[in-house]
Amino acid sequence: MAEHPAVAAHHQFDDLEQQLDASTLGMWVFLVTEIMFFGGLFTAYAVYRSAYPEAFAEGSHHLDLTLGGLNTVVLIGSSLTMALAVRCAQLGSNRGAANYMIATLILGLVFLVVKAFEYHHKYVEGLIPGPNFVFDSPHARHIELMFCFYFAMTGMHALHMVVGAGLLIYFILQARANRYSPEYYGPVEVMGLYWHFVDIVWIFLFPLLYLIGHR
Amino acid sequence: MSTVSEPIAGTKVHYLNADYGIKSWLLTTDHKRIALLYLAGITFFFFIGGAFAVLMRLELVTPQGDMMQPETYNKMFTMHGVMMIFFFLIPSIPAVLGNFLVPMMIGARDLAFPKINLLSWYIAMIGGAFTLYAVVAGGVDTGWTFYTPYSSTYSNTHVIATAVGVFISGFSSILTGLNFIVTIHKMRAPGMTWFRLPLFIWAHYATSIIQVLGTPVVAITILLVGLERGFNIGIFDPELGGDPILFQHLFWFYSHPAVYIMILPGMGVISELVTCFARKKIFGYAFVAGSSVAIAVLGFLVWGHHMFVSGQSVYSGMVFSVLSFLVAIPSAIKVFNWTATLYKGSIVYMTPMLYAFGFIGLFTIGGLTGLFLATLAVDVHVHDTYFVVAHFHYIMVGGAIMAYLGGIHYWWPKISGKLYPEGWARLSAGILFIGFNLTFFPQFILGYLGMPRRYHAYPEEFQVLNVMSSAGASILGVGYLIPMIYLVWSMRYGRPSPPNPWGSAGLEWKTPSPPPTFNFDKTPVITEDPYIYSHDEEVEVG
Repeated sequence: MAEHPAVAAHHQFDDLEQQLDASTLGMWVFLVTEIMFFGGLFTAYAVYRSAYPEAFAEGSHHLDLTLGGLNTVVLIGSSLTMALAVRCAQLGSNRGAANYMIATLILGLVFLVVKAFEYHHKYVEGLIPGPNFVFDSPHARHIELMFCFYFAMTGMHALHMVVGAGLLIYFILQARANRYSPEYYGPVEVMGLYWHFVDIVWIFLFPLLYLIGHR
Repeated sequence: MSTVSEPIAGTKVHYLNADYGIKSWLLTTDHKRIALLYLAGITFFFFIGGAFAVLMRLELVTPQGDMMQPETYNKMFTMHGVMMIFFFLIPSIPAVLGNFLVPMMIGARDLAFPKINLLSWYIAMIGGAFTLYAVVAGGVDTGWTFYTPYSSTYSNTHVIATAVGVFISGFSSILTGLNFIVTIHKMRAPGMTWFRLPLFIWAHYATSIIQVLGTPVVAITILLVGLERGFNIGIFDPELGGDPILFQHLFWFYSHPAVYIMILPGMGVISELVTCFARKKIFGYAFVAGSSVAIAVLGFLVWGHHMFVSGQSVYSGMVFSVLSFLVAIPSAIKVFNWTATLYKGSIVYMTPMLYAFGFIGLFTIGGLTGLFLATLAVDVHVHDTYFVVAHFHYIMVGGAIMAYLGGIHYWWPKISGKLYPEGWARLSAGILFIGFNLTFFPQFILGYLGMPRRYHAYPEEFQVLNVMSSAGASILGVGYLIPMIYLVWSMRYGRPSPPNPWGSAGLEWKTPSPPPTFNFDKTPVITEDPYIYSHDEEVEVG
């Protein structure tokens, strides 16, 4: 195991323990704000889905269940590698933390690439809301509304994935510079909280968007 | 309070002279300097928002619409509302006084996340810049509420730039709230238990909860409006089966609690002022503290009272009406407890106390008229009239701004190390009180008589009351300018302040004024409750 440089707490904290406590609580509070942020979207979704159940089911059948399912597996896998990275950082293995975070990053990028393919298919099929939206159904207008939600919700989620990927790159570089130790591993743990949250949002998005009306 | 008699150290290093130059300010992570950055920023926005109010009151001097086109008037009240609410009132007490005082009142060296604190100032300023761009480019006319489908489809003004500005500045508010919550949980000095916290801290804790829970909802809502306008995706568009009323629900889910973001910190300030200048322990500490939290919680359950006539069901109207009445309970607890604190106190009529008295009276009027509006049948009559305008100005201007100015005066010696001129300060407090009531009391009557808000012209019989209101506004304007001038003047020419000019029992006064960069030379250990005052002590001002 490489040697760890001694890390001092920031000036406003008494010790590293208080610093870790504060940053962990800070991330939890931030995640609460994220829940409220997505909560607004989920509320609007719930209102419209209960108003137009057939349209939402019909629109849902035009989403690619295979790719969506694959992405779900990929993301759950990335949560596992992220959890392992946190464990490595806690034990002071910078190498392990870096490698597991690289695996997390790769899985996250796989998710985004698959998502991009899905978006492309929707574009080809004319399912992008707006003047060019084409759908042959008596519910066409309401299905357009459903696709507004599909793009707003998955788009917002993908944006969070992109931010997470950027953060991961930073923390990978830090781990490779041997920054973490059993006394100082807070940033990786806080990163982990964020990553798991983004995964959990997808765990809700997937059934809400892809699995309506399937038996 | 032995600190009162300590000699004033002339050349002591404190947060203001620890470092010089523009970089030392723009890159600072010191919560006290960031508070001053906020003070400068929001004062600027206040005067811009105020300028729009001046133009509106000028137009309303005569019944005809003779000074501006109706469209121009729409832009005036929109930009007045957007500037004042999102860029002045919401940051006012938390970001300036809260930033300065929260760490000091709990005995901490700084907030938990100093860099995020600085970031929040930049975010607020960037948001302000977008909104200023919208103003300069030609304004926005949707009203500060951005109601769809007007804001999403029909308005031809700069809705997107304004919405982006409001969206961005929301993150500043979220980060400030997050910082306060973590700081209050994790950074309290040894012995500073929850029930030894000053009531200012309790009020800011409750405010932070609202900022953290409410602001993200309006952020996503505004984002959806922006997407709808920019990319034609119709979340609230009735043509696709979308529901404009849903926008109102989501908007008010934040924007009603936002009223408590404005007033709760003010209540925290008043609790400090009343105890200090009545030289008495607060009456019913736990109730005043708990009522802050109760207001924050109840505040999230009453948003529907903005929509009594928007087409929501009668039953949800009734539920929202009852819940809105409930908010009166914790609000009244506070007013009664302040009054009980005054009872048999040794009251000192210094400027901050004058503002505190102003607050208690005006807030009571504003709060009680809120009960009229929470009553379904009465609201149908006065909805969207000047009665509503007067009601919320009594809360936001008579309440929040009075508390803000009272707090600024009270902590000015702490912030600047200088005393402000007491005579001028009392005079301007009096001018403000008179100007305020002359401006807004006639509006209650106008609203009751049926004058709707947001019109640039009105029937002739309303002219007398409107002229009174406009005259009051000019007095109010003078009342705001005087403190601005003498406070800036006092920074350079004011008499040096002793560390604790008011003989306050607050922890923030037990360190030199102005405080050193890390607030306390040694982390304080707290051994007693807050607000330990005895009657015999007199306030000594140099």
